[in-house]
Amino acid sequence: MTALLVVDKLSKRFGGLQAVNEVSFSVQAGSIKALIGPNGAGKTTLFNLISGVITPDSGVINFCGSQVQGLRPHQVASRGMARTFQHIRLFPKMSVLENIMIGRHIHSRAGFVAGMLSIPYTWSEEKKIREKSQEILAFLNLESLADIEATTLSYGQQRNVELGRALACEPKLLLLDEPAAGLNMSETAELGALVSKIRDTGITVLIVEHDMTLVMEISDEILVLSYGKKIADDKPLAVQSNSEVINVYLGEDDA
Amino acid sequence: MSSKFLHIFGFAAAIVAIQIFTQLTDTSFHLTQLTMTAYYSLLVIGLCMLIGYAGQISLGHAGFFAIGGYISAFLTTHDLTVLKGKPFVASLSKLGVLVMSKDTYGTELLTFNPWPACILSVCTVLIIAYVIGGPVLKLKGHYLAMATLGFGIIIYRIVLGTSSLGSADGISGVPGFSLLPGVMIGGSGSGKILNYYVAWGILIAGMTCLLNLISSRVGRALSAIHGAEDAAEAMGIPTANYKLKVFVLSAGFAAIAGVLLTHYNGSIGPSEASVMKSVRYVAIVAIGGMTSLWGAISMSLILNYLSLRGSFGTYDDAVFGVILILIMLFAPDGLIRRQVLGDLKSFFTRSAGKGVAL
Repeated sequence: MTALLVVDKLSKRFGGLQAVNEVSFSVQAGSIKALIGPNGAGKTTLFNLISGVITPDSGVINFCGSQVQGLRPHQVASRGMARTFQHIRLFPKMSVLENIMIGRHIHSRAGFVAGMLSIPYTWSEEKKIREKSQEILAFLNLESLADIEATTLSYGQQRNVELGRALACEPKLLLLDEPAAGLNMSETAELGALVSKIRDTGITVLIVEHDMTLVMEISDEILVLSYGKKIADDKPLAVQSNSEVINVYLGEDDA
Repeated sequence: MSSKFLHIFGFAAAIVAIQIFTQLTDTSFHLTQLTMTAYYSLLVIGLCMLIGYAGQISLGHAGFFAIGGYISAFLTTHDLTVLKGKPFVASLSKLGVLVMSKDTYGTELLTFNPWPACILSVCTVLIIAYVIGGPVLKLKGHYLAMATLGFGIIIYRIVLGTSSLGSADGISGVPGFSLLPGVMIGGSGSGKILNYYVAWGILIAGMTCLLNLISSRVGRALSAIHGAEDAAEAMGIPTANYKLKVFVLSAGFAAIAGVLLTHYNGSIGPSEASVMKSVRYVAIVAIGGMTSLWGAISMSLILNYLSLRGSFGTYDDAVFGVILILIMLFAPDGLIRRQVLGDLKSFFTRSAGKGVAL
């Protein structure tokens, strides 16, 4: 197996808070890696660093063989990294299908001039965007919701649409930020199955999650952060029995 | 797709109907204001694209309009005869960019041809919009509003304070613009009806371009930026670049509107650059319903026409200010909402088709 994402000594400080402290890890292509840790451990900061939302103070992020630290989020995205957000960020006043179609942006090229003149090229491209988006909807069993305004759906459905939007990017690496937050047990189980299914299509997944049952079930490897530092990075069973992890994280958690 | 062309066709039919109506009722003097309305509407639809679809406010669009109009007016009226010997002017003359004409007193004038003057002024506006748009569009919400307002004020003070631009009097005696052989915008003896159709034809062409854009990949991306900028960026949309491009595009619409209206009127004055004009355009976009080009264009038609007919008397600017306040308070989605139009449409298509209950 080869590493799709290699993070080396990544650090980020916000004023007096060392949010991420020399964290190094790698994500193997075709695997699911979970990122866990108590609240405030720096998980979301690490996510934002990897996806280019914030720039690291130091360290290297190597994605698909090239360094991506310091790039803008859209540049990182166009290299094959798609993400979902901890708080769902769907596009309001747009249908489910249109939301998914945004995910096809990086795979199409019609610009302002082509768009205004509506040349035949834009029609054929638009048709391809639509077809691929419908495929994604079918994959997620969302076809019946295609024309509904996305932000009017139930929470669980919105989560799925956001996931679909990320999948429409056909990413090499999918970043999921607490996808099970706010879902009930059966929805969480469905999500787990779905994430595994996504991995089986060849997409590498990096997931931040609090639901330990889900994490233990689907992850190939687990990275544990505490106060911005890496304290474990191993297979699920090994992490479960790691005394430091039990101390800082599982020991404090009733789950 | 087909409904888009149906709308455009219906709109064009309405334009023809209005002309025929004025012909039959012998009120064709209304065509002058209607022609001017079309040019103002060109600016309004460009602004609607920026505000409604991309979610970026501009209180400086009268500035772009005025820059376009003033540059074209200056170039087509400024006499270059004394500079005739200079190599630069000579080479311009060789390129066919300059034209000889006589003013009312019979003095020979060497000025720019309207076509190159138009191209030059629109290009200048595009460059200015690009240069100021870069830093300014990093701002959001009221900060962006204030920055563009500042730009508008600067342009107003410049045209008002520059004597070669006529200061408070503006520039008059701007020649007609021969768009095509036999098609003259403004100027003496140009046809009222022809001008009416040229103006609305240009507006419909602009409208078609923008409607195409809205339903394209770029239009979707702009709506995405409006809705959730961080998510749009995460989906690979270069948000800063797109915002800049749509800003430049809308400035370009304002510039073309400014140039053509200046040639049509034969003059331009500093009031075209005033902040109240910018506020008026924003008010029209707001009342038309932000995300509806058709709403914006219909409100522009009604309000600009009434304003040009002098229906609001001396309270002209105040009326638009009041409209803006009322709309923001009571109907922030505008009077003509896509929702309402969509409901109407689905009502008719459903009752005609499957018969699904609403």
